[in-house]
Amino acid sequence: MPLASPFTSPPMPWPVMVHRDDSGAFMSYRDTASRRQWFEQRLEPLMDRLYGTALRLTRHPDDAEDIVAEAVGKAWIRLDKLRDPERFEAWLFHILTNTFISEWRRRQSRPQPPSGNESPSPDDLDAGDFTLFQQLHQPFLLWWGSLEEQFFNSLLQEDLQRALDALPDPFRVAIVLVEVQGYTYDEVSSLLGIPLGTVRSRLSRARARLQKTLWEQAREAGVTPHHPGQGGPRS
Amino acid sequence: MNPREPSCEEVIERLFDYLDRELDHRQADDIERHLSRCRDCFTRAEFEKRLRARVEAAGTVKAPTRLRHRIRDLLDQFDD
Repeated sequence: MPLASPFTSPPMPWPVMVHRDDSGAFMSYRDTASRRQWFEQRLEPLMDRLYGTALRLTRHPDDAEDIVAEAVGKAWIRLDKLRDPERFEAWLFHILTNTFISEWRRRQSRPQPPSGNESPSPDDLDAGDFTLFQQLHQPFLLWWGSLEEQFFNSLLQEDLQRALDALPDPFRVAIVLVEVQGYTYDEVSSLLGIPLGTVRSRLSRARARLQKTLWEQAREAGVTPHHPGQGGPRS
Repeated sequence: MNPREPSCEEVIERLFDYLDRELDHRQADDIERHLSRCRDCFTRAEFEKRLRARVEAAGTVKAPTRLRHRIRDLLDQFDD
């Protein structure tokens, strides 16, 4: 039985593909080849963000590829439901997020065999109210450079990705949804089916844990308060 | 009536709500007014913004060619 349309007016057969010709008249393209071209032209610039977001959510390249492919397939099938072509990007990312969450819930509902690679429990990694800023900020300007600058200059994207991936699933998902994808707390609450207070708590703990991991990485990389005359960083 | 300016403690407490755009216009204006006058809080906010931009950038990773081919094949199948 077909599902009832959620729209009050009949949706367009596919996104409104109109442009003005030389005379200023609107033209539209509804043939299949143009539809495919329209879709691929909009998809291509988003591919690295789709894959990167999926990778941060899943932590595994194969899983990330799977959910991107599934989300793109769903988007292609449902393209007729997209009423505002300008919303394509947000719409596609929403499909990606929902695809990930469905898969995540499905996996959580299955008993997990111990693999040695699963995320540690959030309680094991509670970083309290740790802030990187408190570690790095010096209220006076040092002539040999600011520690904050030193931190940012030595922070590789790979370090950040590793620190994000090390977060327990519920923390990582919350921070990716808010800081990478730009969802509001309300939206995260609806997407994950958790109370608003839990969203806030997960975010707060995720940030503290993330910053603590980055601080530990920075210390390993030699970013610690030191004076040039002391002959090297303190451990 | 002049709006009450939040204290440094209140600003830091609400800093992530502000950066996450969770505050209404009036609350955001209060924070911005404070940040424009308080160097310590401004420095902290700029630090968190900068770190946040790096976190956001972690969500962009070059998609493998294999994935692009997979998607092209998938769309071809739907077209058939």
